[in-house]
Amino acid sequence: MAINILMPALSPTMTEGKLAKWLKHEGDEVKSGDVLAEIETDKATMEVEAVDEGFIGKILVPEGTEGVAVNAVIAILTATKGEALDAPAAPAPAPVAAPVPVAAAPAPAAAPVAVAHGERVFASPLAKRIAKQAGIDLASVKGTGPGGRIVKADLAGAPAHAPAPVAVAAPAPVAAAPAPAAPKPAAPAPVITAPHTKLPNSTMRKVIAKRLSESKQTVPHFYLTVNIELDKLLELRAELNAKSPKDGPGAFKLSVNDLIIKACGVALKRHPGVNASWTDEAIIQYDEVDISIAVAIPDGLITPIVKGADRLGLAAISNTMKDLGARAKAGKLKPEEFQGGGFSISNLGMFGISEFSAIINPPQAAILAVGAGERRPVVKGDAIVPATVMSATLSVDHRVIDGALGAQFLATLKGLIEEPLSLLL
Amino acid sequence: MADNFDLIVVGGGPGGYVAAIRAAQLKMKVAVVEAKHLGGICLNWGCIPTKALLRSAEVKHMLDHLPEFGFSAENVKVDLGKIVARSRGVSKQLSGGIAHLLKKNKVTVYDGYGRLMGGGNLAVNRDGKPVAMLHAPHIILATGARPRQIPGLEVDGKQIISYFEAMVPETLPKSLLIMGSGAIGVEFASFYRALGTEVTIVEMLDRILPVEDAEISGIARKSFEKQGMKILTSAVVKKAEKGPASVKVTVEVGGKEQVFEVEKVISAVGIVGNVENIGLEDTKVKVERTHVVVDGFGRTGEPGVYAIGDLAGPPWLAHKASHEGVVCVEAIAGLNPHPFETWNIPGCTYARPQVASVGLTEAKAKEAGHEIRVGRFPFIGNGKAIALGEPEGLIKTIFDAKTGALLGAHMVGAEVTEMIQGYVIARQLETTEEELMHTIFPHPTISEAMHESVLDAYGRAIHF
Repeated sequence: MAINILMPALSPTMTEGKLAKWLKHEGDEVKSGDVLAEIETDKATMEVEAVDEGFIGKILVPEGTEGVAVNAVIAILTATKGEALDAPAAPAPAPVAAPVPVAAAPAPAAAPVAVAHGERVFASPLAKRIAKQAGIDLASVKGTGPGGRIVKADLAGAPAHAPAPVAVAAPAPVAAAPAPAAPKPAAPAPVITAPHTKLPNSTMRKVIAKRLSESKQTVPHFYLTVNIELDKLLELRAELNAKSPKDGPGAFKLSVNDLIIKACGVALKRHPGVNASWTDEAIIQYDEVDISIAVAIPDGLITPIVKGADRLGLAAISNTMKDLGARAKAGKLKPEEFQGGGFSISNLGMFGISEFSAIINPPQAAILAVGAGERRPVVKGDAIVPATVMSATLSVDHRVIDGALGAQFLATLKGLIEEPLSLLL
Repeated sequence: MADNFDLIVVGGGPGGYVAAIRAAQLKMKVAVVEAKHLGGICLNWGCIPTKALLRSAEVKHMLDHLPEFGFSAENVKVDLGKIVARSRGVSKQLSGGIAHLLKKNKVTVYDGYGRLMGGGNLAVNRDGKPVAMLHAPHIILATGARPRQIPGLEVDGKQIISYFEAMVPETLPKSLLIMGSGAIGVEFASFYRALGTEVTIVEMLDRILPVEDAEISGIARKSFEKQGMKILTSAVVKKAEKGPASVKVTVEVGGKEQVFEVEKVISAVGIVGNVENIGLEDTKVKVERTHVVVDGFGRTGEPGVYAIGDLAGPPWLAHKASHEGVVCVEAIAGLNPHPFETWNIPGCTYARPQVASVGLTEAKAKEAGHEIRVGRFPFIGNGKAIALGEPEGLIKTIFDAKTGALLGAHMVGAEVTEMIQGYVIARQLETTEEELMHTIFPHPTISEAMHESVLDAYGRAIHF
């Protein structure tokens, strides 16, 4: 009796992924819970565990294959070693992931490659047509219909449920779409003749390219910069770190960034209008203060989330960030740990960057770009005195946040950081 | 000591009993409190018994046209008592069926009126006396609605009657005046006219079946008039003077008063929600124009108290109530359903001819700013309709010219109430004209006219 092993959906929005590595090979014995393979999705590497026991009869999708559709058959498990596999395995319940409508028919063992490259986005006919007319890429839309099917309402950027930020909603209201007969033509690929090396785009690179292009092209950004003195915050940090136990569960070592996360959390709580998202029907204000922190990882970046940043203590924020950062770099974040969030922080201070402007992480409406703390001359009264100053630039979606609100948020943030004891209130 | 449940449903109509069964499927311990009949108005005094009456009217129509089909019969008699008895029997059978279904799903049924007592408590009263005290974290109110009364034209049950009395006539009235031309009004008009009563319909608005597409209303009106009904639109009943054997009804039409002397008057001018005596006074439940205000999951202003069906507002349809009940229960169970929406609720009127529709009328579609394409296909172009001797009817489809979305479908003619669901499914699945055109409709069926109407919207109808 042969069982099909299917490509699992590791997140609700995943439609395809890269089969990065097989940890079991043809003929290997498999026990329930064994790790069979590693799958690379748009943002993370995940392990596929076996549910059934048996032997790997045949591997249908070789490792390194990209764009493997969810629910495609990737291998066949047999009850006995060396069992004949001349007939394709009967469709069996997906052993790995929760059943999702079958994306591709189980392929006969003889033609595995076609399945491996098959891809199907489930969308209603009407949604497909509207998307085509408006130039929306359905792969970037999160479906809320049965089984994650994309329906018309999903394109209007008005999800019935709280939006999951990993899916970028349709960029423009459908009504304002360009003339139906003329979908936006794709720019022709430049012809490069100079000697070069081609580095194939990883799934993550493609997602970064698509989402940030959409954000910069469709979100009306504006920027507000503020200079914030850090001396008192640095003193407080040194004082607190000195009080940490040497090691053990209570140990902590606060970074400047941890304190900035906390300050942003408190400032967002005071200005809920900044912790919000645009939809055509309404501005969605989030109940919780969840902050996405940009973390550089090999070949890209990811934004793990510090949840409830307004309520967490500094030590908790610090330890959470250390754990998230380490697992982000190892590609071991769970989808719910980097999908969501109402606000982002990107800090390039450690690289000596004085100030920069970040691209908003949709559907969020603001991102704070944090520069390095530098000794700068500051005028106090009539005297020029040295102080440690950092510049922070808030990129703002003007549809959601107007200039005054953005400025008030920054003023609150500046006050909190310059008088950090107020964070304890 | 209160009897504890996970969910209490007050009212055993098509909203309440469906909600109860869905909750039982989701492993909740459920109670239904019902004072009269399981199945509610729908099953006992509405949808179902009237369909039984109209079936008799249909048989009468066939008898009247026997020679066309090659038969003759003499001495055909109408036994009104048997017609009514059959209708009551159908209701009784189905109400018993609901009792069985609830029992099968282990739903406890309490015989009495429910009243919210606060804190998740609900008293069950019978003949004014408390008979049980129940408790549940979630209470769904599904108490339904009753006929609306017009001051000065109140139902007396004898000469001015509501659907209750109109459904169980002892004798066939010689003449009837029906106030209101919604589904209830025209269905009774159809029934009584088929049996030979002189029928006059008085409608306040400028056309009958006012929620339907104007073109469909017009076709229905012509057909009713051909059958001998008198129809007055933009007309208001000013007063009714009761004599010993008749009612003199004064109707104002176009600024002039006309007097009609009829045996009975049926009042079918809408409904009001049953919001009284259920303990809403001490809650945060908001009531507007006799209906409880709810969100897309049936939630009222009072945590733990929900409302569905007629009580929660229009459209006043059994299938709307049932679906609201399911959404409400699934939300309570944490299944995260999509909120209840009204854009795809079909409506059916079982007069002769039948009328069925879903979505936007042509006027509403234009009002909403859609650029539209309209398809029409008459039954005279459909082989099956002609073979059945039912060549009168029209299927009208309205598409968004840009996206191909089926904005609305409107049908009048034989069997259309059984066919409308084809368009309802199409809309639910968000098909465009393309999928509908590529769908193969069986031949010979009246449903082919549905296909042709779609084709016609794009100038491609084959048989017309």
